[in-house]
Amino acid sequence: MTAGKNRLESGGRIDRAQHLTFQFDGETMSGHPGDTLASALIANGVRVVGRSFKYHRPRGLMAAGGEEPNGLVRLRTGGRAEPNVRATDILLYEGLVAESQNRWPSLNFDLGSLNDRLSPLFPAGFYYKTFMWPANMWPVYEGVIRRMAGLGRAAETPDPDRYEKQYAHCDVLVVGAGPAGLAAAQWAARTGARVILADEGAEFGGALLGKAEEIDGGPALAWVAAIRGELAEAENVRCLPRTTVTGYYDHNALTMLQRVSDHLAEPEPGQPRQRLWQVRAKQVVLATGALERPLVLANNDRPGVMLAGAAQTYINRYGVRPGQKAVLFINNDSAYPVALDLARAGVKVAAVVELRAQAPLGWLSRLDEAGIEVMADRAVVAVEGKKAVSGVRIGKLNAARDSLVGGMGRRIDCDLVCLSGGWTPSLHLLSQSGAKLLWDAAAGCFLPGPIDQTAAQAVRVVGTANGGGNLQDCLDLGAEVGNSAANAAGHRRRGRGPRSPKAATTPDETPILPIWSIPQNGTSKAFVDFQSDVTAADLHLAAREGYRSIEHVKRYTTTGMGTDQGRTSNINALGIVAGALDVDIPEVGHTTFRPPFSPLTFGAVAGRRIGPLLDPVRRTPMHAWHQANGAVFEPVGQWLRPYYYPATGENMERAVNREVLAARTSLGIMDATTLGKIDIQGPDAAEFLNRVYINGWKGLAVGGCRYGLMLGEDGMVFDDGVTARLAPDHFHMTTTTGGAAHVLDWLESWSQTEWPELSVYCTSSTEQWAVASICGPNARRLMAELCPEMDLSGEAFPHMTWQSGTVAGIAAGIEARIFRIGFTGELSYEINVPAGYGPALWQAIMGLGEKYAITPFGTEAMHVLRAEVGFIMIGQETDGTVTPHDLGLGRMVSSKKDFLGKRSLTRADTMREDRPQLVGLLTDDPMIRVPEGAQFIAGSDASPPQTGLGHVTSSYYSPNLDRTFALGLLQGGHGRHGESIHIAYDGKAVRAEITVPRFLDPGEAAK
Amino acid sequence: MLLLACPWCGPRSEEEFSCGGEGHIVRPLASAEMDDAAWGDYVFMRTNTKGVHYERWCHANGCGRWFNIARSTTTNEILAVYQVGDNKPELPK
Ligand SMILES: [Zn+2]
Repeated sequence: MTAGKNRLESGGRIDRAQHLTFQFDGETMSGHPGDTLASALIANGVRVVGRSFKYHRPRGLMAAGGEEPNGLVRLRTGGRAEPNVRATDILLYEGLVAESQNRWPSLNFDLGSLNDRLSPLFPAGFYYKTFMWPANMWPVYEGVIRRMAGLGRAAETPDPDRYEKQYAHCDVLVVGAGPAGLAAAQWAARTGARVILADEGAEFGGALLGKAEEIDGGPALAWVAAIRGELAEAENVRCLPRTTVTGYYDHNALTMLQRVSDHLAEPEPGQPRQRLWQVRAKQVVLATGALERPLVLANNDRPGVMLAGAAQTYINRYGVRPGQKAVLFINNDSAYPVALDLARAGVKVAAVVELRAQAPLGWLSRLDEAGIEVMADRAVVAVEGKKAVSGVRIGKLNAARDSLVGGMGRRIDCDLVCLSGGWTPSLHLLSQSGAKLLWDAAAGCFLPGPIDQTAAQAVRVVGTANGGGNLQDCLDLGAEVGNSAANAAGHRRRGRGPRSPKAATTPDETPILPIWSIPQNGTSKAFVDFQSDVTAADLHLAAREGYRSIEHVKRYTTTGMGTDQGRTSNINALGIVAGALDVDIPEVGHTTFRPPFSPLTFGAVAGRRIGPLLDPVRRTPMHAWHQANGAVFEPVGQWLRPYYYPATGENMERAVNREVLAARTSLGIMDATTLGKIDIQGPDAAEFLNRVYINGWKGLAVGGCRYGLMLGEDGMVFDDGVTARLAPDHFHMTTTTGGAAHVLDWLESWSQTEWPELSVYCTSSTEQWAVASICGPNARRLMAELCPEMDLSGEAFPHMTWQSGTVAGIAAGIEARIFRIGFTGELSYEINVPAGYGPALWQAIMGLGEKYAITPFGTEAMHVLRAEVGFIMIGQETDGTVTPHDLGLGRMVSSKKDFLGKRSLTRADTMREDRPQLVGLLTDDPMIRVPEGAQFIAGSDASPPQTGLGHVTSSYYSPNLDRTFALGLLQGGHGRHGESIHIAYDGKAVRAEITVPRFLDPGEAAK
Repeated sequence: MLLLACPWCGPRSEEEFSCGGEGHIVRPLASAEMDDAAWGDYVFMRTNTKGVHYERWCHANGCGRWFNIARSTTTNEILAVYQVGDNKPELPK
């Protein structure tokens, strides 16, 4: 165990008094609180942290923040393991375990690195080229490629941690707590506005954390601490560190991922691991900062090549030295302070290689004082070394900067190469908001376009995300915009406007010299997208092959398609493609930024909606009885319904047969509570039903029931059910179990929007009533005992009527509605009681029914019973393409009135005689049960190709017939009774006779 | 995630609502006299507007009431909220 050979003696925001032990690839190491896994690995001298995606090249850490493309690890073990986590995002904790990814068998010796030698096999679009032939080998190639080219492994066992979601509203959401964001939050909060300040990092301060800046004559971080304190005190401010704003949606709805416990081995008791926020903000201030770009040059991916700002952050924030001897290669001013910070930390700065013809004089003198050589008008043209940088080659470029003058020049030994190719404002969220980005040629980056503050997305951009100049500019604009955003949200501060603190002065900025790739004399790989292993040559190849749109280049080469979404690579890729096509960058455009900004875990997205909480479960009042009596349940929509009730030793088939026979020969009982019920009232209720059902309703007497079909305006059946007239202005409608909510929506939409003149009110009453449906030859006898006061004779209580009464043995005076309706063709009664009395009703019936061997039956027996008598089932015989006529129910269609969908029934297409029409089917072999969904074919030969003539919609074994039977929709089926047809499935064809869709006649008893 | 101002409940998140598609489509009364093309136009055809779209929404998981809005399909800006049965409103330029 090492104490960290690259750890500086002092400095940084780490606690050297405490040691944290952690493991990387099985090796035990030590770090300090305040470290990230990345800084701790550097402290311990680890250079190679992963292998690259395609070529398996050794890779080291390139960044210090969320833009890191190389340092992806698998964090933690067992169910808590998480793949593809950036080492730069992981806060070190005691006992942390991480392993590198994408290497086999080991990080140091990786067989996959052969891909680097075989790289001619992996050009841009290699998926589409190299392995295309012979086609039947593709599955083999694919397996090999996917094993070699992949990212991390997911956990194999369930995640034991909890994830939560939270909603929030605010006046001003400030994204990013760097200098501009802190100033914005401070001045927004001082108006009294409700402010949320979210930042990815564990600590507020943003870029200031990695720099040695001064504000108001003191350390900048003292200013940060003061504001942090002010915001923490303020009751109107919510500060959220370790929180990434991941998506910017319509009307200022944003999602944020708060990593509540990721910095701990296990969440504290009662705490989730992560929390997904959904925020609605009146105003959004984006202070999302800027990301440094690497320069694209030969072998720029060798471990030890790092972004200049990252090297600076490792020194200043984490107190680690990322190398012993450094060369900086830059095209802008931002890296000069880095050279000074490196030197101060004891890193030998061998040279600052300045691409521009003249180094800025203000900085030159400061570097001179520190004894650092600046080589202007030169370029680093190649990096040398393999598993670690060993040196660089310096060269001079021609005036067009597309070739070397005088070949590879002088070599400088070093183990650290710091690159700064300029800064890319982080505008992912702004782009997601719908705002336009504009290319600024002088700045060499996209900047926010004009934002229309009256538009749906009220958003402002501050700081370096806005292209924002020096620290003073960031502080000034941040304060001003924070105040004005709060004003726009309706909060105003009395007194003077915002004032900013004073930042230390820096030399005037000299313009950047944008360059997208450094020419070379050889064919070494110069990486653009490190995570997806895309080189400059790949982009040139795509351009040569005719790709013009950046969206196509992106998909063909996979540039920008990694988990980092091309944070460090997109602009370089654009520049290279524009150069290859000889057009300006705006002509190539930029790729679309899509949420999420950072990868989201499935855990966070799912939140608490996993396992039994995935979807609400609806149970009937009699559920406990079904459970106690061994029911097997079937989900129907959100309802759980008894499927069948197996007796001891019985399988499903035998149970269903027993239930079906009992219902036909003696007495069956089914829980029908789940049927949708809608209470319809109002003087125009009958007229309303007349318009929504295909049949007439005005003539239905009080006390009567009628079966109705509902159509969409396209003439297709979408629901059915029996509706009873309770009073002249009061109906009780029933719908299918699954269609209840949709039917109510449908009724509401017509009554509210098209027929407001009708006085009618629809109320869901599904859960108000518990329903027991009894059927069979003994049903009337049982009813006589259950409702002794009721006259049950056929004359007094005929089929398709209902009566109000009371049920003996359950609370006196409770109204029961008894409907003489059913779905089995047997003598049936549906007994409705207020839901709470459901169990008592059920118990009473079961007790009285004992002498008839009353048999509870489930949905499967119900299906067999209804199909035997040819009753259709919505969703089985119908699929949204079936008219009443197709179902043989054309006689129900009223000719006297208009109703929804009527005109569609006489369209040329719905009148065709060859439409699929409902038929019955009896296979020649009475024991063959054809599968539902099997297709009808013309001949007896099932070999493809075939023209389908329709399909089987229901198929069962009937114990009453002792044979199988089926229903189906067959083209022109109504005219084909008595003929035969072949049903194709499993490569064979089975012959069946076409019959009327009814196999049993409802018994006399049903009358 | 739109923020819709239900005329009865105030501003609520889109997930409380269901969209009923294009508004101001009147159900023909004399459909029996219409030819197939005219009826098919009513049933199946909708505009695919770039710009201002007048559409129906229902506060389905709230008060259950239907209302109309004018929405820009390019910016998702809600330009007007108005009652069922009202004419298309004048929009600010
Ligand atoms: Zn409402």
